[in-house]
Amino acid sequence: MIGKCVPAAIAALSSLLVASPVPQPPERLADTGLYARDDASRVADDVHAFSPQYPLWTDGAGKRRWIHLPAGAAIDATQLLEWDFPVGTKFWKEFSFGSRKVETRMLWKATPSQWIAVSYAWNEDGTDAVLAPAEGLTGAADLGNGKRHAIPSRTDCLACHGARATRPLGFNAWQLSDDRDPNALHGEPLPDGALSLQSLVASGVLKLERSEDPAPRPRIATDNPATRSVLGYLAGNCGSCHSREGDVPAVTPFLPMHQLLSDADAVARVMTARATTWQAPGRDEGTTIVAPHAPDASALLARMRSRRPSSQMPPLGTVVRDDEAVDAVRRWIELAPR
Amino acid sequence: MRSYISTALMTMAAAAVAAGVAGTTTKAETREADTVARVARGAYLVSIAGCHDCHTPWVMGPKGPHADMTRALTGHPQDEKMPAPPALNGQWVWAGAATNTAFAGPWGVSFTANLTPDPDTGLGKWTEEMFIATIRTGRHQGVGRPVLPPMPVQVYTNMTDEDLKSVFAYLQSLKPVRNRVPAPIDPPEDGSR
Repeated sequence: MIGKCVPAAIAALSSLLVASPVPQPPERLADTGLYARDDASRVADDVHAFSPQYPLWTDGAGKRRWIHLPAGAAIDATQLLEWDFPVGTKFWKEFSFGSRKVETRMLWKATPSQWIAVSYAWNEDGTDAVLAPAEGLTGAADLGNGKRHAIPSRTDCLACHGARATRPLGFNAWQLSDDRDPNALHGEPLPDGALSLQSLVASGVLKLERSEDPAPRPRIATDNPATRSVLGYLAGNCGSCHSREGDVPAVTPFLPMHQLLSDADAVARVMTARATTWQAPGRDEGTTIVAPHAPDASALLARMRSRRPSSQMPPLGTVVRDDEAVDAVRRWIELAPR
Repeated sequence: MRSYISTALMTMAAAAVAAGVAGTTTKAETREADTVARVARGAYLVSIAGCHDCHTPWVMGPKGPHADMTRALTGHPQDEKMPAPPALNGQWVWAGAATNTAFAGPWGVSFTANLTPDPDTGLGKWTEEMFIATIRTGRHQGVGRPVLPPMPVQVYTNMTDEDLKSVFAYLQSLKPVRNRVPAPIDPPEDGSR
């Protein structure tokens, strides 16, 4: 008996001591759980649509987004701005240009400490999508004017989503707030049945600090609608790096979300007063991030307008300027309160 | 017999205490020695990996151009204002400054970085993780603009983490030198991206 038990115990112990293999994403999108088992044209019943109120600009791509949470699992939202997702959580984001699906990105919390970020490239017919190479795919879609959409490399995925502390970016308290900004740039109508902060709390999958509390309704805190929409846009498009949290705390300027939700005008004033070490072409010294009433002297606008590799912002994920946002930011700077 | 065991146990306990005291000292000394060794290895790697070729300005001497080690690893001199680069076409696709710290090509104009730990103009605010991420991803601080040619990140990414940590430790051990290197200059818009 002992002779049989001891080797078995050693084997069991060894299996615990040997590092678990890194989970691997499926080769085909159809095998990730996004679609119903019996109907690949239909999203699975345990997958839910959502739509952030301040969407990321990706060269005008149409987007659809979904989340899957493991059955019975909940998101720990004890810290309202720092959600902790259960292992097995999956996010998908589908990118289309015109009527053609080009890629679907997946962010999968595969272990307690590991998110896997990959993308699946659709075929021309839009009937199947396979795992894109780790180094990404250039020329995945023609955007006109000689520009092409690139599927990002996996390291570029983590450049925004955080290499050390990986996190989803469009699924959080302020992006899903039921107090949606009617002036949000590129704001989308909520899809039927889409999740919101209130529905997440009501369904019990979002655990707040005090369960008896009503669902919060966070919003960019200002009475100026233009400030609300511009800072919301910047938070959605720039805040993942410029937050002084996460991997690159030294990257400035920064948009602290907790301050945007308590006093967004104060954040705007800091942006106006602050110089940046980035040098506008032809200037020896740093430029002010926002020069009041002088958009062409503002680093913010210069970098948003650029789509050259050395100066554009965001530095990756876009090759076409967001003219609507440039116009909105220009007007906001021109009309900034004195 | 009992006396023998007691004596043996006391001897072992005394040895353990002594080892503990000695171990505390030794750990501190070991850490310091490790740091010294890491900085020394970083200096060696920097000396053979060609870092001075571009990050230290070159001057003309009696035997030809050579790195001006009084400005070691300070990058393109802020006072060295560069004129517009020469027209490049056909088989000549890039040009380099006499200091070997500014380069023009299809990517625009790039200037080599100040690698000393000056907090405002060098790597003083960088972390080891940022430095490694830059080399691994080919992006500034691992998240920003692309690191531009001719910086051979595609070669240095083959260094081990330990090598890169050593290089960073050495760079951080240098005297900080204030030298604000110009931002890169974009190429003309050609609509090809």
